[in-house]
Amino acid sequence: MIDKSIKKVLVIGSGPIIIGQAAEFDYAGTQACRSLHEEGCEVVLVNSNPATIMTDKDIADKVYIEPLNVPTLTKVIEKERPDSILPTLGGQTGLNLAMELEEKGILKQYNVRLIGISARAIRMAEDRQEFKDTMERIGEPCVDSLVVHDVQSAIDFADKIGYPVIVRPAYTLGGTGGGIAYDREQLHEIASNGIRLSRVDEVLIERCISGWKEIEYEVMRDSKGNCITVCNMENFDPVGVHTGDSIVVAPSQTLTDKDYQMLRSSALNIISALGIQGGCNVQFALNPDSFEYAVIEVNPRVSRSSALASKATGYPIARVAAKIALGMGLDEIPNAVTGKTFASFEPALDYCVVKIPKWPFDKFVTAKRTLGTQMKATGEVMAISRSFECALQKAVHSLEENRTTLLNKDIMKLDVEQLREKLHNVDDERLYTVSVSIFKGIPLEEIHEITKIDMWFLNRIKNITDMEKKLRGGVCDEDTLREAKRIGFTDDVIATDLGIAQSAVFNMRRMWNIIPAFSVVDTCAAEFAAQTPYYYSDYCVENEVDPATTKKKVLVLGSGPIRIGQGIEFDYCSVHSVWALKKLGYETIIVNNNPETVSTDFDVADKLYFEPLTPEYVANIVALEKPDGAIVQFGGQTAIKLTKSLHDLGVHIFGTDADHVDAAEDRERFDEILEACDIARPKGHTIFTEEEALAAAHELGYPVLVRPSYVLGGQGMQIAVSDDDIREFMGIITRTVQEHPVLVDKYIMGTEVEVDAICDGTDILIPGIMQHIDRTGIHSGDSISVYPSITLSDKVVENLIDYTRRLASALEVVGMMNIQFIVLNEEIYIIEVNPRSSRTVPYISKVTGVPAIALATRAMMGEKIRDMGYGTGLYKQSGYYAIKMPVFSFEKILGADPSLGPEMKSTGEALGISKNYDEALLKAFDGAGISLKKNGKIIVTVCDKDKAEVCEMFKKFQDDPFDLYATPGTRKALAEAGIEAKPVNKISGESPNIIDMLHEGGVSLIINTPTHGRVESRDGFKLRRISVEAGTSCITSLDAARVLMESARRVREDQISVTDIATL
Amino acid sequence: MRLPAAPDVRTTACVSMDRTGSRPEASAMNYYNRKAGKEMSKTSYLYLEDGSVYEGEARGDFRQMVCEIVFNTSMTGYLEILTDPSYAGQGVVMTYPMIGNYGVEREDYESIRFQPCAFIMHELCDKPSNFRCEATLEEVLKEFHIPCLTGVDTRSIVKRLREEGAMRGVLTDDISDKDALMKMIKDFKQEKLVESVSRTEKEVFGAGNTGAKIALLDYGVKTNIARSLANRGCEVTVFPCGTTAQEIINFKPDGVMLSNGPGDPQDCRSIIAEVKKLYDYAMPTFAICLGHQLMALATGGDTEKMKYGHRGANHPVKFLHEDKTYISSQNHGYMVKADSLPANAEVNCINVNDKTVEGVIYHGKPIFTVQFHPEASPGPHDTAFLFDKFIKMIKEGKLDD
Repeated sequence: MIDKSIKKVLVIGSGPIIIGQAAEFDYAGTQACRSLHEEGCEVVLVNSNPATIMTDKDIADKVYIEPLNVPTLTKVIEKERPDSILPTLGGQTGLNLAMELEEKGILKQYNVRLIGISARAIRMAEDRQEFKDTMERIGEPCVDSLVVHDVQSAIDFADKIGYPVIVRPAYTLGGTGGGIAYDREQLHEIASNGIRLSRVDEVLIERCISGWKEIEYEVMRDSKGNCITVCNMENFDPVGVHTGDSIVVAPSQTLTDKDYQMLRSSALNIISALGIQGGCNVQFALNPDSFEYAVIEVNPRVSRSSALASKATGYPIARVAAKIALGMGLDEIPNAVTGKTFASFEPALDYCVVKIPKWPFDKFVTAKRTLGTQMKATGEVMAISRSFECALQKAVHSLEENRTTLLNKDIMKLDVEQLREKLHNVDDERLYTVSVSIFKGIPLEEIHEITKIDMWFLNRIKNITDMEKKLRGGVCDEDTLREAKRIGFTDDVIATDLGIAQSAVFNMRRMWNIIPAFSVVDTCAAEFAAQTPYYYSDYCVENEVDPATTKKKVLVLGSGPIRIGQGIEFDYCSVHSVWALKKLGYETIIVNNNPETVSTDFDVADKLYFEPLTPEYVANIVALEKPDGAIVQFGGQTAIKLTKSLHDLGVHIFGTDADHVDAAEDRERFDEILEACDIARPKGHTIFTEEEALAAAHELGYPVLVRPSYVLGGQGMQIAVSDDDIREFMGIITRTVQEHPVLVDKYIMGTEVEVDAICDGTDILIPGIMQHIDRTGIHSGDSISVYPSITLSDKVVENLIDYTRRLASALEVVGMMNIQFIVLNEEIYIIEVNPRSSRTVPYISKVTGVPAIALATRAMMGEKIRDMGYGTGLYKQSGYYAIKMPVFSFEKILGADPSLGPEMKSTGEALGISKNYDEALLKAFDGAGISLKKNGKIIVTVCDKDKAEVCEMFKKFQDDPFDLYATPGTRKALAEAGIEAKPVNKISGESPNIIDMLHEGGVSLIINTPTHGRVESRDGFKLRRISVEAGTSCITSLDAARVLMESARRVREDQISVTDIATL
Repeated sequence: MRLPAAPDVRTTACVSMDRTGSRPEASAMNYYNRKAGKEMSKTSYLYLEDGSVYEGEARGDFRQMVCEIVFNTSMTGYLEILTDPSYAGQGVVMTYPMIGNYGVEREDYESIRFQPCAFIMHELCDKPSNFRCEATLEEVLKEFHIPCLTGVDTRSIVKRLREEGAMRGVLTDDISDKDALMKMIKDFKQEKLVESVSRTEKEVFGAGNTGAKIALLDYGVKTNIARSLANRGCEVTVFPCGTTAQEIINFKPDGVMLSNGPGDPQDCRSIIAEVKKLYDYAMPTFAICLGHQLMALATGGDTEKMKYGHRGANHPVKFLHEDKTYISSQNHGYMVKADSLPANAEVNCINVNDKTVEGVIYHGKPIFTVQFHPEASPGPHDTAFLFDKFIKMIKEGKLDD
């Protein structure tokens, strides 16, 4: 029964997208907020992430896009007086904040209670010792471990639990000094070394279970104590790789019913012991050679895995969890999918699901690609099929990494001995290394011995590589082709293998009637008639989808996995477009493959196709659905890339046509347009080779910007100051085959300005002009962006509007466009125009109140902007400043350089909103986890070219209560300018140096500007890495550092207010 | 569908099996096996009572076979399903598409042999993986002469059964003479299923255990029922289904357990009469599945055939007294009609989805029965506590409920 005393619920979001805490919480949060609404609750939402759907005013009654910390939450609680807080939807952030509110007595003070989980349960699950004690009490085994301070104790313990053991030193950076010991001698060596390296002379000795199977269960429990399992999942990668970095399959494949039920019972036992009312994720390690198991981790909340489980089964975990938190029983909550069953039903799958992580190593070329216990993936893809082989291949296709086959070209170049060597690497390429190894005849047993990947998976991969061998051998009869399609081969791979045209493969398929069909995901293996419009393709099965409708149909292409440069913002856009289309009376069809997102929730669009966003899969859907048109503007570069193939299939593209999209990307055509519009741009050239690049650079004069075309997020973009740079960058860029030219432009240092505009072919509407704090050269996605613009003259603003209008008209833009300008001495230059939605759209929509995506969608469907009620030209300025702050995940990616440049590196963003500029800025910094503590230590160490500027800057702050330190060179420069700083040695200098200072603590901020390049051995690089790993804020942009210090001196922390944007 | 010509094949309806696990007609079938040899993996069919045809590949010990077609939605536990005697006379369609992934572990058998007449799935795994795996599933399907059809769109069959209700069907590699096949289907009738699967000799589990002395009547018992009681300290003697009430009473058990089993409970006239005597004697009794239905019939209640039954490991059962819901393992095509039960019988458990009877308490007697399978195997162990409840009831002489 619903607890009627719950009337107003505060929901804590998870904040900026970082590695390990991504879009899944927007999906869960959005679903839960709607679920609470359904039951008549008033919802107050706090989340610092403006790119989310959950922070829309249609989702919650009160929306606070504010930093997620105790003072802010306290202010919101004080203002809104909710009766309850639901903390289980905001990831670790939500739980941690709930604990702090509890511990600081704030819950008690304002008489609010936690629902869904108690503070005690959070402690039991999160505190290492309490968790261990709880597990012991209920008889659930954990991995044996002990904290020791001397070698003998380590050896005694290892003797007791058996070798091998893992040694984990406490408080060392990046886990240095640890390792696996296989015998006493090794343990002696590793443990003594670890103890020496640890600042507190402490190491953890843990039983080594790497190589065990990793199995997860998603379980639900209600207040009556009813428990169910939603789904179990088996990791392709054995224990040792973080589950977020593992290839995961659902349901488990190699567990007998005995294994399955043993772990299921354990999971239910754990959720009951913790008293959770909602969802919970339990991770197990299972000895592959016995029934022995150990509980690795418990997440007493919705999680990335629960999002995956929801999408894998059709069971809406977050929705149900929210209802349970209100007191409803599992047996009282109807299953929205079947309408005939209840939430107390365990989903039965009649297909298999494969998830593959999406890693950012293309962005962080210096980073270590090794996978371990620290998650590195930014996103993931999921694929569904009745065969594992097909699901695996579909997932690989969904990654959009130009991998159409498991037989990776580069890895195929290795010989058997090199492969044997490479099999030992646990990295992002392991799947392909294993596949090629199988293809080249390395025995499966040997691969299993090295990788510990279950033989079942290896045999399944062998089915794929065997088929590829067969095809390459020229076999192409009907049965072979049918089987190849059934196990997930795409036509282009079959064509390449057979050495024939892709159209020939297609024709053979038609002749033999080998066409894909679509099946329904219904939670119940067809036992009950379900109406879910949630589909996946397969071969050799009956088609279940009826394309008939009386409405006009629009295909909306999603944006695939979350990656740096193409994040959650594009999901926001896709979802809003679908909602707008629905309102206009269209039938909406969404195609996407990202299990973390709102767009792949089965009740967002009228139909959801969970498929790779590649030409063949999209063509299959088009062939069945015959949509009246498609929208490609909202799915980032993923969707844009499909424009041509849709066009070739005869699908009408709503909005800006394909040719004009191309005109904006094609250098020469775009130059012509600019000339016609009389708009300047930095001079530049398009080139293909290193020689051409050097010639272009010489002609333009250094510095120049080098970047590939047709990419998002400035992928591969660099500022080159010398020939060496050009050579280095071109080497990296051409490592992957470039179908499109590389651009070399003159670098102009000015103020960057960004505009999103809605266009209907006649008029434009600009919700707002955004100005970047960071000078040009730092990617717009990594820049601090301020709305409204702060330093632009009226004339410049007028010109910006005019230029936007000219470009919209010249490119015949209908829908959204995004333009980036440089303003230098009142002159305006164009950097780029993207005739599509951008990552700033969600934030600008929220702060201006202009529903940009809805309006753009309406314009694309033929409506006129002047009829929409928002006027034309620049929309009226809001009374608020809204500042978008990039958020990074450098601490997760060992070896990634935290310095900023033209290539985007941020994974997410936080927003600061206030009527006061300084306050908005500080809130934005705060939301991104950066705050200046009064009397905190600031370390300055900058490269030579920035020294003068730093001196200039610190002159202003001389009287501020900062404790300033500087490295010798910088200190000397400061001293010459009359600024006093305490000395600190560089990393390469004698101890005590910066590292020691960081370890001591108390350092509030490091200001470091990079000498440049990607050489990781440099002092600066090391310093940035160490500060990241020590959790100290390190700012590499002088502009950002300056505004932070300026604003901090002007605002008192206790003055900061909170703003409900739903009533802005 | 393609309908290629196929060689003439002898037709065999599914009949009862002997205790060794081989079927009497198996030797006759060797002719076909020899003849077909390697060509066995060829296109074959499932032809259903409503005229629909499903195409697949012949595997296992394939031969023509008429049976009742049912589906099971469990994602694990194909071995327990295959060895569950309640599936005697049935062809089981697995909805999970990849079957055989972990091969065969003989210690997981629920009886001494594979029981269904036929096994139908999307994909049969040839390269299983599990530390206990002793053989591939196909090897053992052949050992027990079970015909198997793979490569089938099982989801489509399930939808058909869901819409049309349970149906009979024939597995065949020749559907050229549909009339003959249909006649065979229509003529198909199963009799004495319980007798065909029950033990003929007594067997003791937990010999020497000093706890309650239990008489377990084998109507097609799953071994885990005996194990569940033996593990709780009971000495469990399993009796053949033909054992009379008097013989049981003479054995002086502390309690009686009525097992699961195959077929229509109303076919078990003589057994029902014996159950009635045990009821009248007020023997402390716990009954599962078929046993539960037999108790209802013995006390004047009625049973009926369900549209397509409950077969899976995910069925929510609500315990009305406690207001708690548990996930249960189920396998039944018949059910007890709630309104038919005698006045002292109370329905204390219902299925959350369709509200059908899942458990009955007989007030005034130390008797309770459940439709689902607390012994699990396959499926969740959530209701295993019922065995404890049974033992407690025996100890206290009354049901604590």
